Amino acid sequence: MKAYLALEDGLVFEGEGFGAEGEIFGEVVFNTSLSGYQEILTDPSYKGQIVTMTYPHIGNYGINPDDAESQHPWVEGFVVRELSPVVSNYRSEMTLDAYLKKYGKIGIQGIDTRKLVKHLRDFGAKKGVLSTTERDPKRLVKKAKESQSIVGIDLVKEVTCKQPYAFKEGLLEGFEWGRANQKIFKIVAIDCGIKKNILRKLNQHGFDVKVLPASATAEQILAEKPKGIFLSNGPGDPSAVPYLIQAVKGVIGKAPIFGICLGHQILGQALGGTTSKLKFGHRGGNHPVMDLATNRIEITSQNHGFVVDVDSLKKDDIELTHLNLNDKTLEGLKHKKYPLFSVQYHPENSPGPHDSDYLFDRFHELVEQNA
Amino acid sequence: MPKRTDIKKILIIGSGPIIIGQGCEFDYSGTQACKALREEGYEIVLINSNPATIMTDPGMADRTYIEPLTVEFLEKVIEKERPDACLPTMGGQTGLNLTVQAYDKGIFEKYGVELIGAKYSAIKKAENREEFKRAMEKIGLELPRSGFAYSVEEAVRLADEIGYPVIVRPSFTLGGSGSGICFNKEELERTSRLGLDYSLTHEVLIEESVLGWKEYELEVMRDIRDNFVVICSIENLDPMGVHTGDSITVAPAQTLTDKEYQRMRDAARKVISEIGVETGGSNIQFAVNPQDGKMVVIEMNPRVSRSSALASKATGFPIAKFAAKLAVGYTLDEIPNDITKYTPASFEPSIDYCVVKIPRFAFEKFEGVNSTLTSQMKSVGEAMSIGRTFKEALQKGLRSLEIKRFGWGADGKDKIFETELKSREDYLAFAAQAPQDEALKDEISRYIAKPKDNRIFYLKYAFLAGMTIEDIHRITHIDPWFLVQLRQILDLEKELLAAAGDSGKKKTLLKKAKQFGFSDRQLAFLWDDKESAVRAFRKSEKVEAVFKLVDTCAAEFKAYTPYFYSTYEDEDETIPSDRKKIMILGGGPNRIGQGIEFDYCCVHAAFALKEIGYETIMVNSNPETVSTDYDTSDKLFFEPLTLEDVLNIVDREKPVGVILQLGGQTPLNLARGLVENGIKVLGTSADAIDRAEDRDKFKKLLDKIDLKQSPNGIAYSLEEACRVAAAISYPVLIRPSYVLGGRAMEIVYDEAALKKYMAHAVEASGEHPVLIDKFLTEAVEIDVDLISDGKISVVGSVMQHIEEAGIHSGDSASVIPPFSIKPELVSEIIEKTKQIAKELHVVGLMNVQYAIKDDVIYCLEVNPRASRTVPFVSKTIGIPLAKLAAKVMAGHSLKDFGFTKEIVPDHVAIKESVFPFVKFPGVDIILSPEMKSTGEVMGIDENFPKAFYKSQDAASAHIPEKGKVFISVKDGHKEKIIPIAKQFHELGYPIVSTRGTAAALNQNGIPAETVLKIVEGQPNVADLIRNSEVKLVINTPSGKGPVLDEAKIRSLAVSFNIPCITTLNAARAAVSSLEAVKSSGGLDVKALQDYHPNLKIAGSNPAGTIERETMNR
Repeated sequence: MKAYLALEDGLVFEGEGFGAEGEIFGEVVFNTSLSGYQEILTDPSYKGQIVTMTYPHIGNYGINPDDAESQHPWVEGFVVRELSPVVSNYRSEMTLDAYLKKYGKIGIQGIDTRKLVKHLRDFGAKKGVLSTTERDPKRLVKKAKESQSIVGIDLVKEVTCKQPYAFKEGLLEGFEWGRANQKIFKIVAIDCGIKKNILRKLNQHGFDVKVLPASATAEQILAEKPKGIFLSNGPGDPSAVPYLIQAVKGVIGKAPIFGICLGHQILGQALGGTTSKLKFGHRGGNHPVMDLATNRIEITSQNHGFVVDVDSLKKDDIELTHLNLNDKTLEGLKHKKYPLFSVQYHPENSPGPHDSDYLFDRFHELVEQNA
Repeated sequence: MPKRTDIKKILIIGSGPIIIGQGCEFDYSGTQACKALREEGYEIVLINSNPATIMTDPGMADRTYIEPLTVEFLEKVIEKERPDACLPTMGGQTGLNLTVQAYDKGIFEKYGVELIGAKYSAIKKAENREEFKRAMEKIGLELPRSGFAYSVEEAVRLADEIGYPVIVRPSFTLGGSGSGICFNKEELERTSRLGLDYSLTHEVLIEESVLGWKEYELEVMRDIRDNFVVICSIENLDPMGVHTGDSITVAPAQTLTDKEYQRMRDAARKVISEIGVETGGSNIQFAVNPQDGKMVVIEMNPRVSRSSALASKATGFPIAKFAAKLAVGYTLDEIPNDITKYTPASFEPSIDYCVVKIPRFAFEKFEGVNSTLTSQMKSVGEAMSIGRTFKEALQKGLRSLEIKRFGWGADGKDKIFETELKSREDYLAFAAQAPQDEALKDEISRYIAKPKDNRIFYLKYAFLAGMTIEDIHRITHIDPWFLVQLRQILDLEKELLAAAGDSGKKKTLLKKAKQFGFSDRQLAFLWDDKESAVRAFRKSEKVEAVFKLVDTCAAEFKAYTPYFYSTYEDEDETIPSDRKKIMILGGGPNRIGQGIEFDYCCVHAAFALKEIGYETIMVNSNPETVSTDYDTSDKLFFEPLTLEDVLNIVDREKPVGVILQLGGQTPLNLARGLVENGIKVLGTSADAIDRAEDRDKFKKLLDKIDLKQSPNGIAYSLEEACRVAAAISYPVLIRPSYVLGGRAMEIVYDEAALKKYMAHAVEASGEHPVLIDKFLTEAVEIDVDLISDGKISVVGSVMQHIEEAGIHSGDSASVIPPFSIKPELVSEIIEKTKQIAKELHVVGLMNVQYAIKDDVIYCLEVNPRASRTVPFVSKTIGIPLAKLAAKVMAGHSLKDFGFTKEIVPDHVAIKESVFPFVKFPGVDIILSPEMKSTGEVMGIDENFPKAFYKSQDAASAHIPEKGKVFISVKDGHKEKIIPIAKQFHELGYPIVSTRGTAAALNQNGIPAETVLKIVEGQPNVADLIRNSEVKLVINTPSGKGPVLDEAKIRSLAVSFNIPCITTLNAARAAVSSLEAVKSSGGLDVKALQDYHPNLKIAGSNPAGTIERETMNR
């Protein structure tokens, strides 16, 4: 089955389709992680995006029930150089191909993914269409051009939970170490598309977690009497979720806050800063981030297209805590008066290195101090 | 953190000669370390006994000591140079072991030298199995169950507890020497006895076997602030049980989920922290049970390694260079990533291609050796290849191996046991018949059950015989993911086969075939066509190679370093400049006969051509080398050295010419093909090469300049061979018509031996005839290296071999200047060599070998290319011959550099060869026309005896100061051994001999104790060796034949690490050196820079001229 990937600026690739058939639109981005495609597929932050894996062999170890970050894949489409025809792993229960079919996700393989990645790097993330039904390159490019941009679009409402729920589940046994905090605090986690491993980490680090939909107001959040508030990762443009920014403004100073990724951007905006879109974003598991308090470097898991503008933040109130050493963009901040901090990257990893686990401890300490 | 200013002078320890387990990778790491630290303004002192390395070039360090890597000489260097610090992690296991020994003797403390990179405690913890085990337990990581044994009995008791099979691992050895898998008590007793002996601490680990588990390696780095990064993960295709150096390995890991991978990463971080490697690189090996994911730690090396060199080349992240910078206090974030420039080194490389490393073996060199792969390394080199997929990389890797294969079979070279598939018809017939042949299937099953050097090909035959992925997995434990990849290649191959004659089908399959790594040669085989026709067809279909960058970051950032590999996709990333370019073809994987010396020459060429304004393009497939460092040339293409692959690069880059003569025989073999494709070969012409290689033309050439050859003839059949041999009279030297490194070359003493030889020689040479030369007994052999610019020729050096003619020149000890040849003969040799050069219009380097018998000079062979002695000669005379050669090939004249006359040094330098016998227990160590050495050392001093003594020490053949000498020589030597034995006796060595020799000695008034031969009963000489009662063995072989007793003695001596001398000349040199060293009261060390004080260091001299005050002759 032939499949086509066309970008709004005219670049078209012909490859072989896998997974489902059909036609989908999304922002075409790339991820440089060598492993962890299942976590990537199921990370709700990829809503609205067609994800290209830079590593050529994908699907080698199949899909297993434990490594999913949510109930189902969220990517719009998946681009790989070569799909593995078999799976080889003791935990695998399904092939990647079958998995994408099951959830109606379209994949394409056999294209020069490096060319695509270089293009995205040089010209920025692009709107694109992935199709197994349309074969005319011109029409495809036109469709891509006319498709909706993710800028200004509220994708959070697509991925957030419908109802509040309590989460209680430890870390996957045998894969991660780390001490469990004995003192348990109740917190609220705002679900903008929260990854399961964040919830597991929060549990393990001593939090009793109540998950609220992203539409929760400040009053609703505070009504839970949380000892801390967690703002999750999520897809798309932070400016497109003013209601959440509003809610966060209402809880600042009322309870310790920890934000990750979109949560960090929301917090940035709530604190009066602005956000903007990176050319092609950070997606991978190898970005060096320096903790400016200790000068230690952590290798981080990243997935974001937007960033908090450093210069927009009021320096009197806000301390920059983490820096991306590759492009010197802001990776973390904390407030000088209020008990709150956030990071742009993913301390819950999944996929990615476990270097940043200490941030959950930091949150625990902050909650404990303010309890 | 800024770099340290409290240290100014740093000592770097090299790894010594190339041996199995330690290849060029430590030249790469050492060279990088020297460069990186000098860049920071440190003064570098280097000790390394290997002259063939780039790192021992006088320009690489401030003070270069080519001296033996022993505690004694290390202390002398430290005493003389007084370095502030010592970096011990660049010299492999040799460097670490030497460091530990010196530390234990208090030498570093005595002279106030700080160990940087890895502290003593960290080295001990990582290297001592028991301490390592305790450390792992402490951090909650599992190891295979194990225990230490200090005697064979203990080993047996432990194995009973753990259960067979068990693995024996001696502590403190190199490349897994002496380790092995034992399935029963008998094997265990044998292996543990050897292992205990190999171990510096007389200790072996008896370990639970994790045979069949998946094997992984992580290459990691850590800095002084505890920042930690993984540079590369590696997964072995061959599961646990095969030494990782002998496994086909793949980067990155393929079959680990992120969860499993990150667990491994966490474990690696804990290991490096617990072991206490504060700064630098380490590699950590893991085994994973494929059934349940259970992970155990196998071992860690607290230093750079073969794997770190591989990881550096695989990712573009120069581990050794950065390790050196971390050792002086920098942190990872302070070091910029060379490739991306604007991002720091504190990240983990991501790659968007697949890398395959395939080991290169040389079993054919060692008669009777067991070629089953075990946990003891046996390969002599490796090739690396890069492709966008595993399939592509694997096929490229197989054709990089220089084993005359062009991919994963279907290249006309397939051989299933005795069945050869030389043509498409053969292949079709086999494929049709094999599935019905149950006996064949059984035979293949049995064959692939044990890992072997050629098992990868037999996996294909297993498929062809109808075995399934499940079958093969069950037998071999190779992960199904790899097997499916192989299966995909085979499935496409079937389609390709079927498409022969159907050009439409061929067109549709062409690109996919190239993406699967099929070479044109394979396609030609499958389509019953010519390789050139396939190429033309491909070009007409616009299916051409594109080149992609190795950039450390999977294209996330712009890359500035032009390091390329080929693939078949849409976008090409090369940007050919309009500068004048010269392409240098490297030597491919290390093997016996072609090693680091040629890499040395290629690297020099790159440096030299840069100096004179050319853009340099390096092509090579050996990941261990300096030539494949992206810093060495302007552009690096990591590619197989086949005509097809080279032409692809030429098409793209259009160099003004190609240099072939520096990379050994590999590139030279491409000369004809390149010329036919209109590519200019720089330097000596392809015709001249042909003239030296073609028998008849060569004869005419020698006749013309009145040079003798020993009587010879050619034979196409056994009868003819017998006739020729009889006519020129025995003994004769016999060899296939076209051979490398003395392959299958043998001296035969009678017709019976000749007949025996012919039986396997034909196999070695296919349909080619054999050449028969009169063997010149007890002749002196001479090696000459010459450089010519086409007008002037200068002999670099005339070298006299210590061993007589008949022993491969690569295996002989070689002396500069000649020590026992009449000066007029030396002059004549120089003159004749120049005439040959003139006749062949040599531009560049040439090597000629001569024999002298009864004052008559015979020419043995002419090689119109760089020889393996070029670096040795260059370092001895202080002239960088390879550099000059590159420049003359580019049109410069020798006059430009002021090098127009021979230099005769007033010191003596001896190149001694180093052999891998210790890895092949039971193999006779006797030297012959077939080359067997893997590396070389150099001894340099003011006179012959001292230089010889050093050369022996450096080659780990330390001549003992006292103790019993065992002397047993063949009848023809009984008289000649007398004066030698007398000297030993006078120096106070008790002598013990077998009956014949003892009688001869006693008759001549030399007391010699008699000991029984092995066949004569016990106690015999073997017991003396086993009990270490004998400290030196002198045993000359009585010729090929029933010499089992002798062979056993020799191989036993090697096993028990007792120096064994097998020629009279070497025995003579040994005793004379002992005498000299004893009388002069010890040896001194001297830096290369002091031997050549007037030499402006090559490389620091942009004009490329050599300034030397006197060119004394």
